[in-house]
Amino acid sequence: MQEILQYLFSGITNGAIYAVIAIGFSMLYNSTELINFAHGEFVMLGALCMVTFFGALHLPLVVALVASIVCIAATGLVFERLAIRPVRHPEPIVLIIITVGASIFLRGIGMIIWGKDAHTIPSFSAHPPLDIAGAKLLSQSIWIIIILLATIIGLQLFYKKTLTGKAMEANAISKRAAWIVGIPSKMMIMLAFGLSTAIGGLAGVIIAPVTMSSYDMGTMLGLKGFCAAMLGGLGSLWGALLGGFLLGILEALGVGFVSSGLKDATAFLLLLFILYVKPGGIISAASAKRF
Amino acid sequence: MLFSKKHRIITLVPAVAILLCLFMALPALAKSEKKPYKIGGIFAVTGPASFLGDPEKKSMEMAVDQINAAGGIDGHMLEAVIYDTEGDPSKGVMSVNKLINRDQVIAIIGPSTTPVTLAVMPIVQRAQIPFISCAAGNKIVQPINPWVFKTAQSDIQAVATIYRNLQSRNMKKIAIVSVENAFGESGREQLLAQAKDFGLAITKAETYGAKDTDMTAQLTKIRQDDPDAIVCWGTNPGPAVLAKNIQQLGLDIPLYQSHGVASPKFIELAGTAAEGIMLPTGKILVADLIADTDPQKQVLDSYISDYEKQFNTGVSGFGGYAYDGMKILAAALNGSDGNKAKIREAIENTKNHVGISGVFTFSPTDHNGLSPDAFVMVRIKDGKWELVE
Repeated sequence: MQEILQYLFSGITNGAIYAVIAIGFSMLYNSTELINFAHGEFVMLGALCMVTFFGALHLPLVVALVASIVCIAATGLVFERLAIRPVRHPEPIVLIIITVGASIFLRGIGMIIWGKDAHTIPSFSAHPPLDIAGAKLLSQSIWIIIILLATIIGLQLFYKKTLTGKAMEANAISKRAAWIVGIPSKMMIMLAFGLSTAIGGLAGVIIAPVTMSSYDMGTMLGLKGFCAAMLGGLGSLWGALLGGFLLGILEALGVGFVSSGLKDATAFLLLLFILYVKPGGIISAASAKRF
Repeated sequence: MLFSKKHRIITLVPAVAILLCLFMALPALAKSEKKPYKIGGIFAVTGPASFLGDPEKKSMEMAVDQINAAGGIDGHMLEAVIYDTEGDPSKGVMSVNKLINRDQVIAIIGPSTTPVTLAVMPIVQRAQIPFISCAAGNKIVQPINPWVFKTAQSDIQAVATIYRNLQSRNMKKIAIVSVENAFGESGREQLLAQAKDFGLAITKAETYGAKDTDMTAQLTKIRQDDPDAIVCWGTNPGPAVLAKNIQQLGLDIPLYQSHGVASPKFIELAGTAAEGIMLPTGKILVADLIADTDPQKQVLDSYISDYEKQFNTGVSGFGGYAYDGMKILAAALNGSDGNKAKIREAIENTKNHVGISGVFTFSPTDHNGLSPDAFVMVRIKDGKWELVE
């Protein structure tokens, strides 16, 4: 029993991380129908910015957190402005290839700025792990889960309650119709990029104390986040949440009851299975698009 | 006949004169300056393995400078021709071909990594050139390739060192966790193979991905069997994550790491979780802690001070592989007259060569030449290394 609980906690921690990354994928897809394969690299940049601000410069936690996210969002905006918007024929496949290229570029930048070594920062708070029926829940895991829930609720409020959020959603449903009623679509796309990369950066910031941050950490995290987004249903926030937790917990149980060698395979097998039986993901929008 | 007899004699005279001059000059030339011995070096000077290749290149250059300053070998100066493989097997193959065909070197030192070494081995064997690799993999010298030697310690000795320590602490049950890459696989193979010889039972053999962020699931699984110790095989940052997870889960099980994390970086990454961890390492990391009676003490001290003086940076644990290779080669070059077969034989007959990575004794059946003494066990205490007897 104690073991199962520990696997569960381990899975929830990892799952929450995947969920935050998946939200970034999902919300960008929602607004632009674009999959940003450089998303994992924004997570990496977020973690490494946090290493600099919190670890090296010893700024207060909140300041470091906000500074990191602002830096990443700015990078995301520049990326959209310089690499995505100038594309003459913005077909999905062209844009996807651009994002793959950008991911290689960003990884190189990360390596030049932070070097090839891994870095670490202390936990947000120095509480000892919580002991629940013999299983340990880390304080940073609690932080991650709280921040994940806050992000989802915040986004939900933004979409449903604010004019900008509603405009973004309208733009996502039909660019042309939104344009007719006077919504500046370019502005909305840029905002979506900024928000999505900011959430990616946030994911990096919260996992920096859990794991070691290095320039090459982004690719695998990005893929796992993408898996989680697809699992839950691309475009749906609650789907991203569900997909992330499902993936994390199944991975942990897979390690516990099958073999640790199959940990990464679990994620991708699950993805194949879901794409086969329910191409749109568990919580899918009415029609699913396949690339 | 176009030329008369008289004409022929006239042309012959200067020709003979020139020939005579040459014959007289040749011994004089040879006496004053013998042809230098060209030694090839291929290292991953840039790229992901540059932490190996860069100090190796510097160490080889330093060894060559030292030998030349002492008058060379049998009057021959040494000339190092060094190429960068970037850790890429195909670039390694190109460099070796260039060294053999264009530069016509008489021996090659390097490369830095096992995959590159394995890729170039068939070429050096075909060309019959003495070759001393700086990479760690067992496959380089198992099975024995007559022309291939290596100076880096391998997993065999590292595992034996850990297991001897476990045995002395009377431990019986261990769990192993290894990273899913070539380094982890090779270590895992040795850990499984040698356990029986030391009376150890392996309760669980888990793995983790090189980029995993959390290993509490593996640890939870390991905990069920209540092992006496956990042995982790990986390079940064995975082992530091594992150490942190052990601390967070509050597991009271001694943790052993491999020589793959024997650097101050590991202590920095693992922080307080590093306390009490034991690992095998080459003596260079703890040169200042080693007793003066140790045969390697003097070699280590002079290498470290020379390196720091010449390059103005801290010494790395890896440059010694190339330094040892160059010194062993230099000893073998003595009296060889540049004959490759003789050099090869002399390397194979090297006995008790005191180097940076250990005391080398090669034989036709052992082309690594090191014993488990090449490693010492260290414990991390208060963020510093401490020798374990």
